[in-house]
Amino acid sequence: MLRLPWFEYRAPRSVVEAAKILAGEGPAAMLVAGGTDLLPNMKRRHQTPKVLVSLKGIESLRNANGTLGSGLTLSEILSLKKIPGALRQAAAQVATPHLRNMGTLGGNLCLDTRCTYYNQNYEWRQAIDFCLKKDGNICWVATASKRCVAVSSTDTAPALIALNARVVLQGGSGEREIPVENLYKNDGIDYLSRKPDEILTSVKIPDGWKSCYWKLRRRGSFDFPLLGVAVAIKFSGDVVEEARVALGAAASRPFLVEKASEYLKGKKLTDDVIAEASALIANRAKPMDNTDMDLYWRKEVADDFAGYALRELRGDDMRAIRLRIARYAI
Amino acid sequence: MSKKRFDVVGKPRRRVDGRAKATGHLKFADDLSAPRMLHCKLLRSPHPHALVESIDTAKAEKLPGVHLVLTRKDFPVPFGIMPVSLDEHPLTDHARHVGDPVAAVIAFDEQIAVEALNLIQVTYKKLKTISDPEEALASPEPRIHDYGEQGNIHRNQSYEFGDVDEALANADHVFEDLFFYQGNTHLPMEQQATLAQVEGDGKLLVTSSTQNPHYLHRQLARVLQMNAAKIRVIATPNGGGFGGKCDPANHEMVVAKAAVMLGRPVKICLTREEVFYQHRGRHPVLMKMRTGVTKAGKLTGMHLQTLLDGGGYGSHGPASTFYTGVLTPVTYDLPRFKFEACRTFTNKPACGPKRGHGTPQPRFGQEVQLDKIAEKLKMDPAELRLGMVNKPDSLTANWLKIGTIGLAECINEVVARSNWKTRYRQQPHGRGLGLACSTYMCGAGLPIYWNKLPHSGVQILLDRSGQVTVYCGATELGQGSDDVLATIVAEVLGIETGMIRCVTGDTGTTPVDLGSYSSRVTIMMGNAAMQAAERVRDQLATATGEQLEVIPSGLLFSNGKVFHAESGKSVDFLEAIQFAEQKFGTLGALGSYSPPKPPGKYKGSGVGPSPAYSFSACVVEVEVDTNTGWIHVPKIWIAHDIGRTLNPVLARGQVIGGVYMGLSEALMEEQAFRRLPPKLSSALVHRMPSMLEYKSLTALDMPDVDVALIEDPDPNCPFGAKEVGQGPLLPVMPALANAIFDAVGVRIDEIPVTPDKVLRALDLKSKGLTPRVGPDHFPSVPYPEPVYVATPAEGGDGKESKKHAAAAVV
Amino acid sequence: MSAIPERVHLKFQVNGEDAPVSFAPYKTLLEVLREDLNLTGTKHGCELGECGACTVLLDGEPVLSCLVLALECGGRRIETIEGLARGAALHPLQAAFADFGGSQCGYCTPGVIMTAKALLDKDLNVSREKIREATAGNLCRCTGYLQITEAIEDAARVLREERK
Repeated sequence: MLRLPWFEYRAPRSVVEAAKILAGEGPAAMLVAGGTDLLPNMKRRHQTPKVLVSLKGIESLRNANGTLGSGLTLSEILSLKKIPGALRQAAAQVATPHLRNMGTLGGNLCLDTRCTYYNQNYEWRQAIDFCLKKDGNICWVATASKRCVAVSSTDTAPALIALNARVVLQGGSGEREIPVENLYKNDGIDYLSRKPDEILTSVKIPDGWKSCYWKLRRRGSFDFPLLGVAVAIKFSGDVVEEARVALGAAASRPFLVEKASEYLKGKKLTDDVIAEASALIANRAKPMDNTDMDLYWRKEVADDFAGYALRELRGDDMRAIRLRIARYAI
Repeated sequence: MSKKRFDVVGKPRRRVDGRAKATGHLKFADDLSAPRMLHCKLLRSPHPHALVESIDTAKAEKLPGVHLVLTRKDFPVPFGIMPVSLDEHPLTDHARHVGDPVAAVIAFDEQIAVEALNLIQVTYKKLKTISDPEEALASPEPRIHDYGEQGNIHRNQSYEFGDVDEALANADHVFEDLFFYQGNTHLPMEQQATLAQVEGDGKLLVTSSTQNPHYLHRQLARVLQMNAAKIRVIATPNGGGFGGKCDPANHEMVVAKAAVMLGRPVKICLTREEVFYQHRGRHPVLMKMRTGVTKAGKLTGMHLQTLLDGGGYGSHGPASTFYTGVLTPVTYDLPRFKFEACRTFTNKPACGPKRGHGTPQPRFGQEVQLDKIAEKLKMDPAELRLGMVNKPDSLTANWLKIGTIGLAECINEVVARSNWKTRYRQQPHGRGLGLACSTYMCGAGLPIYWNKLPHSGVQILLDRSGQVTVYCGATELGQGSDDVLATIVAEVLGIETGMIRCVTGDTGTTPVDLGSYSSRVTIMMGNAAMQAAERVRDQLATATGEQLEVIPSGLLFSNGKVFHAESGKSVDFLEAIQFAEQKFGTLGALGSYSPPKPPGKYKGSGVGPSPAYSFSACVVEVEVDTNTGWIHVPKIWIAHDIGRTLNPVLARGQVIGGVYMGLSEALMEEQAFRRLPPKLSSALVHRMPSMLEYKSLTALDMPDVDVALIEDPDPNCPFGAKEVGQGPLLPVMPALANAIFDAVGVRIDEIPVTPDKVLRALDLKSKGLTPRVGPDHFPSVPYPEPVYVATPAEGGDGKESKKHAAAAVV
Repeated sequence: MSAIPERVHLKFQVNGEDAPVSFAPYKTLLEVLREDLNLTGTKHGCELGECGACTVLLDGEPVLSCLVLALECGGRRIETIEGLARGAALHPLQAAFADFGGSQCGYCTPGVIMTAKALLDKDLNVSREKIREATAGNLCRCTGYLQITEAIEDAARVLREERK
């Protein structure tokens, strides 16, 4: 049986109290919400926090009116009446139904970056003499790289970036609100701009976007994304007034594809426009050989997935393709 | 006895162990605990190939809560499943792969044991890493083992049944193909666990999730240098085995030794990562197939060469090596057959038997090649196969005796059900159907160690309470062996299966059965059970006949009664028992089974013979996206020649489960390894030893499966029932690859078939190149001179022929 | 660290009964159920949230007990396979799994049955597709899933008839 290392457990009742504990304990403390990301990592000794600060008892993180509390589970998000398409499709494809009952929105946004050289037991990592991300000094994915290239594997972040959503971070020195894309840094180790004493408390999603999310993974459940394409569009009739395209699992952070977003503005989604935009989107997908499936293939199908997303927003009936790829109706 | 219609056989029923499984009552090995039980963890090598120069356990021993630390010096005697490969020490000083155990800690709890492992200081001398068979062939030194054929070749063999060069020269076409089948593992849901303790009578009790308690029993006696009569092995119900729990394992030896030394119960449960290191799964096999065919679509001969990646230990390897060829001639008339096979050692966890043991790999190649042959000859692949199906009661070129064969019926059934004739080659681009067939043994004709003893024994005890208890050493893995045992006894005695108590898999109380492997249990245990049940039934009949004043042979055992149709007299089963107990004393009977003597007499003829062979045919439907190569499987049709269905619920479950595992292998499962850049590191690690990254199908990835059971009772089998646990897996992989060809016209000549390979092949096709992805060369293997055996058709006597004897090297 | 650990004392509500329990504080709910409450019906296949074998119901929802801190279960409602039968009679799900091939080796069975229980508690008219979706987090290596789906469908039918 894999077991957790020893830890001290704290259960603050408010965000302020939690931030105080974080400030007091420094890097020895870590936040835990659903536990679906941190606890496996602790069992494999990626993280061995001295203090676990549980967010479960903080009622204010569970707000579901207007802004979404970071403590809502993904299943709870899916049960809400009014959530944008991209977020719904992203949340519905995270891991498995059980893990969606446990994992939270905040947890998915702060998900540790992943890499096949990193998401392994301590003993396995010992066998490769560890890696840049944890306990070692070589990146085995790109041995010349000075930077860790572990891949951002959150599904909800690209969806929220496309939706132009913002997150609220609350720390000892007060509260700040930033666009979701600014939460991330393109560094597999230091991948969040969250300050050590900050807690991601809520997500604000503006109205008015038509959006969708397409996820590439091998199986109908369990698997992390190998590519996530999120597109949000404001239409005026059938003309694109504004577009936001975001990619997930294509770098150490999820990011906005500005060129494609710009290109789409003022255009009708004809087959030619979709092909051109898809090429622009795919051009930004630069996967590394550190996930499931063949690297070149993942690169090659990026434009197909971008095309699926754009066609779905154009109003094409994509249900049959969805079913073949996702393996269930999203 | 009077003949009757079946009461139990063929009727859908709740399996005898169904209730315990659905309520959580059933105890698997890790569910057990004992007072004062200690816990064991193993320290495993981080190096793929290294010698342990020194090992310092002093600090670990001093850690509070630690009771014992064991190392190689505590285990002077090696073990192994096969007498020709006794090459494992429970703890080693020569690590052959990452994860090879070098030390063990026994402590108060697992947490302390893990802490203590970190305090053991090991100095390793690293040796050159040997990653794959080609590297093994090219690097005779350093040797991974100091035995075997030469260098890092473990087994190397060559057989020729009839003159194959001549057969190929006389063919209208000769097809030459290379195929590769990637290794994969069993991934049982249950991680192996073992509890060892010294019982009140001073004897050692080892309770373990093992498929083969008998072989574990023998190896424990060997390693511990104890009298086997003082060791009892209980196989707990296995949470899935699929071949992965056949080998006696390091951890079983270690906790047994610790329990003896400490006098306290010691338990170990492997982590999931450790299960990947225990492995013993499907060998990666590279194959070269040269097959001669006539214009009319008849085979003239085949030359098959295989190269196996054995990993770090022998395991079942000598048998696996044979199995990459010996069943190839069983499905279709193949007049001449040359088979060369070589197994190499490499620095990876040892390969061994997984569902289909060694045969899925050549079956994949053979069935894909037949699809290519049909294409070339412009024949329907189903018709091609129907034209060459082997005859019943015939001998193959390599001297295997085929009894009943329902293969043609299987083909006809799936062809009809899938509307093959109106759909194959006639669907829009991107949609396709593929057909393939297969065969499997109903138990290996020879045991793993040489002996002339029975392969299975069953004991039945009856008493005046009406209780019927059946004892057998066979092991329940989920395949339903307890239900088979109960079914056969219940049918003979005319009672319900629910009236029977099965006691199985306990070397301390049950007669020897060799174990749950090679699809042998239904046939071998079943025949032994039949014999025992008929013996007690005859006692009951004699006594009842006397009481009713009728001739015993006119009595019928049915529906819990013993009755005499002619006179209309009857008694309850319970009364019959009491009459018999009164007449004969305490009631019971023994039955045993030994398979028929195989017709082949040449050295090596022992692998492949079986009392009967099952046959399957399968059609897979695919939809392929030509832009991405994405593969969708909406439906699979399968027909299985089962001889006779004992419990249709379980039989269908075995077929669907086999199809599932076959499809999962065909599409995604890979026991693949990562060699780090040799300039920077000697590491060779399993790419993904986890449930998440070792991909297997989920409920959402599983297509609909239409199952047909073809019944042609085989006289060698109990009530005619053949195996169903392994056969139905085998045709799925080639049927999928053939369906891809029908859909988009590309050949994927390796397993798994993944979207990237399909897309690569489509790309080649669009460039006008050969639309194929697969291996591109077969290395030079120093196969020996073949053992030449004349075929039955040529009037051979089953022995090595004098003509070639002088040149033969075995 | 090491030596015999300090234990914490909490009261869970397990299968409808108060269950006071003491355990080492690093333990997950899985470990406490199996090792401290002796409820070994809940299985484990990876302990990392990658297989579904350890599924139990926590306040009615299926969760993976290997990733639930036992420290967070005080006062919460936990349902395991041991509590499912209705006295001496099997729950319709249990009967269907035993009768229709939903269980082969039986190792994934407790987790699948508990998952299905939560599903049927919410909706007895559940479609085959929804059953497959709900059980997509439970790996099974024996059945190929089809007889699991059929067993759940049959249990739903029985439960619907009971309700009439």
